[in-house]
Amino acid sequence: MLIKKPAVLTEANVTDSKIFHSRRSIIKSMLAMGSMAAMHSVPGLAGEFPLKSLRNCDQDYDQDGFCVDSAIKPTPIDLVKNYTNYYEFTYNKTDASHAAQLLPTRPWTVEITGEVEKPQTIAMDDLLKRHPLQQRIYRFRCVEGWAMVVPWLGFPLAELLKSAKPLSGAKFVKFTALQRPDIMRQQQSNAILQWPYVEALRIDEAMHPLTLLAVGMYDEVLPKQNGAPLRLVVPWKYGFKSIKAIVKIELLQRPPQTSWQQAAPNEYGFYANVNPQVAHPRWSQASERVLGSDWFTPRRKTELFNGYAEQVAALYSDMDLRHFF
Amino acid sequence: MFSDRNWLWWTICLGALLPLLNLGLDIAGHSLGGNPIQAVHIRLGDWALRLLWLTLAITPLQMLFNWRGMADYRQLLGLYSWFYASLHVLGYLLLDHALQWAMIFVDLVESPYLWFGLAGYLILLSLALTSTKAAKRKLAKQWKPLHRLIYLASVAAILHYYWQLKGNLAEPLWYVSLLILMFAFRVVSYLKSRLIGRLLLPRGRAS
Repeated sequence: MLIKKPAVLTEANVTDSKIFHSRRSIIKSMLAMGSMAAMHSVPGLAGEFPLKSLRNCDQDYDQDGFCVDSAIKPTPIDLVKNYTNYYEFTYNKTDASHAAQLLPTRPWTVEITGEVEKPQTIAMDDLLKRHPLQQRIYRFRCVEGWAMVVPWLGFPLAELLKSAKPLSGAKFVKFTALQRPDIMRQQQSNAILQWPYVEALRIDEAMHPLTLLAVGMYDEVLPKQNGAPLRLVVPWKYGFKSIKAIVKIELLQRPPQTSWQQAAPNEYGFYANVNPQVAHPRWSQASERVLGSDWFTPRRKTELFNGYAEQVAALYSDMDLRHFF
Repeated sequence: MFSDRNWLWWTICLGALLPLLNLGLDIAGHSLGGNPIQAVHIRLGDWALRLLWLTLAITPLQMLFNWRGMADYRQLLGLYSWFYASLHVLGYLLLDHALQWAMIFVDLVESPYLWFGLAGYLILLSLALTSTKAAKRKLAKQWKPLHRLIYLASVAAILHYYWQLKGNLAEPLWYVSLLILMFAFRVVSYLKSRLIGRLLLPRGRAS
């Protein structure tokens, strides 16, 4: 479900102790928009791209205003805040929420460079002024086999890329995360990954309307452990593609090597599309543990492209997904 | 079954239940983090592994400190390792998969790390079932070779652990180095006894 939300998130919105209470109002506004939201389309790509199945809720809503289809019911915010892989800080998903608090998220600039007509360095606050925020409730699937549903706040990556005017040679988009070994202590050694963290998308993936640059979640400024101030969200790919704390976006002619690909090329491919048919070499990807589920709840069957096949399958129509994993 | 149930035996017997008590308290207090099902699972697996390592440590300790009658403790710790491993397996079947057999089947087929875990568990199970005095009598000379499979189980267990990790290998490395140390001790003591045995044998007569 897509909501245009012309809100600008500033530091004034930060209330760390505030817990997400405004779900009702968001959902109510969604309900008010009803079928209008369902029929919304995003102009810009060749033709119009229907977003009707961004998981519109056809069923009843529970008392919190969430769709009863558990597949898109947002995960409780405390779980999302305290269960993050942030290897720059720690290998422990819970510890990351404390360790990442050291990260200074202002001032922050993002450099856009490479195959673009207008290379530029944008201050975070200018970025927020330029791009109206939308809420996107996306499923998030980690390559480790757990999943959650997060209401992100952000804007399509395509908007930002278009503003820099990509040249015809721009075939790939490379993202680089912050390198601060004094704060990000695990960067002091290259034990698992080479730093800084690097991710990349093909240009058509990057321009896809589902691909989001997130600056917030649950109607709050993005918590530091969840990738503040600016992270990528690519809902049909495994979570490690959704790079946190982005400082640089480069448009390239050739595919760059990404961090996990470099660390274990036979295990983590460039595409990393969620696919229950293609197992990781050491574990199955056929099912996922939904965070927040009760004891004795079965795992959920993982869906092709994490349930976004209708929107993205065309990007890979002529590709062998086993080979390009 | 256990001949001398002294204070040490009882201490181990009750002490080995403390992790389970602790886990129960953590479940009741909701302090297992964002993925409690996985946390329970990991906790049980960790304790199965730790108790298996303690079981393996008994023989070297016995030889180093000239203790006698350690076999009872070895059996007790081994059974506890199997106990936690059983809870670990039950947790996988009941908590994580809610007995969805089709899903369990796919998971087993597609996840090599589970093959090691399953192999290790089947060994522990067979050792537990043959740990009684009656079984020992019945198996006679086969009992010792059978129970040497514990070494294989420990290798399977560590592979099961290592093979599921995405990045951080520090903790399994710690277990691996302990295991290598214990294996090395056995090899050295074996060679030493062989060597001494040879030297004591009059030359020319050995066939």
